[in-house]
Amino acid sequence: MSALHHLGVREAARRVRAGEVSSVELVRASLARIAAVEPQVGAFLTVCEAEALAAAEAIDRQVRSGQDAGPLAGVPIGVKDIICTAGVRTTAASRILEHFVPSYDATVVSRLRRAGAVIVGKLNCDEFAMGSSTENSALGVTRNPWDGERVPGGSSGGSAAAVAAREVPASLGTDTGGSIRLPASFCGVVGIRPTYGRVSRSGVIAYASSLDQVGPLARDVGDAALVLEVIAGHDPADSTASPAPVPSYGDVLGSGVSGMRIGLPKEYFVEGMQPEVAEAVQAAVRELERLGAVAEPVSLPHTEYAIATYYLIATAEASSNLARYDGVRYGLRTASGSSLGEMYERSRAAGFGPEVKRRIMLGTYALSAGYYDAYYLKAQQVRTLIRRDFEQAFARCDALVTPVAPTTAFRRGERIDDPLTMYLSDILTISVNLAGLPGLVVPCGIDRAGLPIGLQVIGKAFDEATMLRIGAAYEQASDWHRRSPLP
Amino acid sequence: MTWTRDGLEAVIGLEVHAELLTRSKIFCSCSAAFGAPPNTNVCQVCLGMPGVLPVLNRRVVEFAIRAGLASGCEIAPHSRFARKNYFYPDLPKGYQISMYEQPLCTAGWLEIVVDGTPRRVGLTRIHMEEDTGKNIHDAHAGGSLVDFNRSGVPLLEIVSEPDMRSAAEAGAYLRALRSILEYLEICDGNMEEGSFRCDANVSVRPAGSTALGTKVEIKNMNSFRNVERAIEYELGRQALAVAARERLVQETRLWDAEREETRSMRTKEHAHDYRYFPEPDLLPLAVDQAWVDDVRASMPELPGPRRRRFERDFGLSAYDADVLTQRKDVADYFEATVAAGGGAKDIANWVTTEILRLVREEKLDRALVIRDWPLTPTQLAKLSRLVESGAINRNTAKGLVPRLLRTDRDPEALVAAEGLAQVSDRDTLEHAVNDTLSHHPDQVAQFRAGKERVLGFLVGQVMKSTKGKANPQLVQELLRAALARES
Repeated sequence: MSALHHLGVREAARRVRAGEVSSVELVRASLARIAAVEPQVGAFLTVCEAEALAAAEAIDRQVRSGQDAGPLAGVPIGVKDIICTAGVRTTAASRILEHFVPSYDATVVSRLRRAGAVIVGKLNCDEFAMGSSTENSALGVTRNPWDGERVPGGSSGGSAAAVAAREVPASLGTDTGGSIRLPASFCGVVGIRPTYGRVSRSGVIAYASSLDQVGPLARDVGDAALVLEVIAGHDPADSTASPAPVPSYGDVLGSGVSGMRIGLPKEYFVEGMQPEVAEAVQAAVRELERLGAVAEPVSLPHTEYAIATYYLIATAEASSNLARYDGVRYGLRTASGSSLGEMYERSRAAGFGPEVKRRIMLGTYALSAGYYDAYYLKAQQVRTLIRRDFEQAFARCDALVTPVAPTTAFRRGERIDDPLTMYLSDILTISVNLAGLPGLVVPCGIDRAGLPIGLQVIGKAFDEATMLRIGAAYEQASDWHRRSPLP
Repeated sequence: MTWTRDGLEAVIGLEVHAELLTRSKIFCSCSAAFGAPPNTNVCQVCLGMPGVLPVLNRRVVEFAIRAGLASGCEIAPHSRFARKNYFYPDLPKGYQISMYEQPLCTAGWLEIVVDGTPRRVGLTRIHMEEDTGKNIHDAHAGGSLVDFNRSGVPLLEIVSEPDMRSAAEAGAYLRALRSILEYLEICDGNMEEGSFRCDANVSVRPAGSTALGTKVEIKNMNSFRNVERAIEYELGRQALAVAARERLVQETRLWDAEREETRSMRTKEHAHDYRYFPEPDLLPLAVDQAWVDDVRASMPELPGPRRRRFERDFGLSAYDADVLTQRKDVADYFEATVAAGGGAKDIANWVTTEILRLVREEKLDRALVIRDWPLTPTQLAKLSRLVESGAINRNTAKGLVPRLLRTDRDPEALVAAEGLAQVSDRDTLEHAVNDTLSHHPDQVAQFRAGKERVLGFLVGQVMKSTKGKANPQLVQELLRAALARES
């Protein structure tokens, strides 16, 4: 039997429910792994050992007394530090919330707990989820477990690195422009960005409200799908969480792809893409065809406007969402200035990092009187066009298959001083957010530098099932997801 | 009456903020009650904590629809909340959730009556929004404090067209609006406590012109009287400026009730740019015809129709009907008393005199439920009937009121137990009359000398000797007979 920290979600939960292993043992194994690899990974901002062990003991008592301890019984899970956890500090990787301890769990966290999961810690990310490399964290450095000189991707870099490094079998991230999919791809794990509205945002610190969505990262599609099933569904605390019923994904994963029509958007196989990425994705498409899928080219003509559209809408919403961090009720307040205005200015100047400030300024500008129509409103119109592109493609296809990013993980420091190049990391993921669609990433190769390559499967709105079936079928036929960066 | 001076006419529009009488706040389940200890009716939502989301209270929408229907508005099938962004310590999220480009109610009107002439004032729009907290500057030496109990209390913003031409018309509009909101039981209309607040937009222009002059917004008027005085003052100030050929500037001015003047607060150059944009945390609001019909079916009779019905069905004078219908609670009380067996005209008399005097003395200026009235409808109906049937006289009845106040005593039982029944027995009264005449020979002589007025004195003496219980008509009749007999 392999070490406990190598167990996936479903296998670990099965063993706990069967009494073969205790949750305390699983959590101790996770904590030990964290202690062992964190010096070289740096995925966690907070490890909540005492709370995790107490929760694990409670699960073990349930199991011993014959109660159903839930589908995630006793499984250690890490949560991106932008998702609120009652009694455990939640920082958004920002100085302004460095010591903030929420009194409430996000809905996704309470659903994890109710399903028997044990939260072992909070994972690093770009500050307020703004970034593509996790280098914008004000509170720590996360390294790619495949190569410590490389970034893990972002913004959910800690969530991907922790799963890749076998610190936890699954984690939660958030995806506003690719923030689950890019790090999943860079770290060689599975990541799901659900349909907008599939998962409650209540208790998730908002970056861009109309784009944010919580999703799982795990080592295979089945594990990720199970976590998604647990966290998804209507929530009275979030009006934008859809009442659409959540299917039992586990039941459909094995149905194969025979006869399925898979679209290949030509705009996603771009000039300048790292050749190995394109090759790996094309190989994956051939594999899907061999499994019975029918691939055909499609076009998403407004793709080129996606980045610009995103950086108007997301920053506009962010400029408003981040106004509450004003030093008045909680969070950082610098030694008071002589006026209210100074108190605001100094607290926010000291509390926010450069990328957050850049986006607040961009968004404030986009919403300003005289510019609103030219920027924000125009961006919303283009967003509608981008959504229509997908609708037209989905009239012919069951799902789309694309690369996740033009390159594999880049070096730390390489793009941090060049925001525009950094923004282009998200060029293949960002349209999905604008269209509110679900996207799945599964590992589909390793480049010459030994870095993972990801395959993106884009589904119709609220049809995660089809997307997951494709991912599961591919995974069945490959072994990329079984590779581990660390011994 | 229309205001004019030096060939100028007044152009006045009002913006009213009405706090709604819902039990809970607009976007969370906290109590919306007034007067709780500071920061006790608060939760993470109305404190603007990280990650929490608003959830719309449907009751607020229903109240807004009521107000819209009562003022002839169109109810939009699709409307939308928007964020109004600005920084202030009493605004926890850094934005107020309001409505902007797509309000719920538009294009209505109210009827006002000034100097006996009814006319319509246009309503531009009615929309829903959340109230702010309250800064408290003088309670704590170390700085200002904020009470968030009011944060998230639902408000209707009711914006009139610039249709009013005098301070008196503005006052009449406000009273008509308050009366309607009270009838709808959606706002208690208390200006002093701030549950009914009014800002005025005031300008002057050459009489007969259709262009609008430079608009000044007046704030800080906390009574109906102050609104009229502030407008009157401001019109005078603007007229003087025009006469002196000074340029008026678009600005916000504060009314100073002590010094009876308006003072500049900020000019247009310093006006906020609120950067409105659609609220992404709430779905667009859909109000279907069935909902509107349901609300319409639950609407009470409004003041205008009720006044006309009181005149028609109860034969009341226009004046009495108006006095009785201005407040819904008064009209309800009147009708309940008539239903309890009182004669309409006599009850109208009682209510408009004795009862409303008591209401004023006890400062019962809030909407009263039936059990809060000084006398129950049954008590007042019985009292009225005791007088009309001749069982007691009117003075005895008035004398009984203080003893019935806030008790469940039965007036009939009280009269019987205390022997207060009117004495109409001829023999008894004739005896009292003869007795009185024999004690007052001088007055008898005066009467016979033609001094009719002495009769009143003699009636009074007989009443006194019967402890006020004698039937005054009968006493008068017997006195006249006796005086005629003995002459």
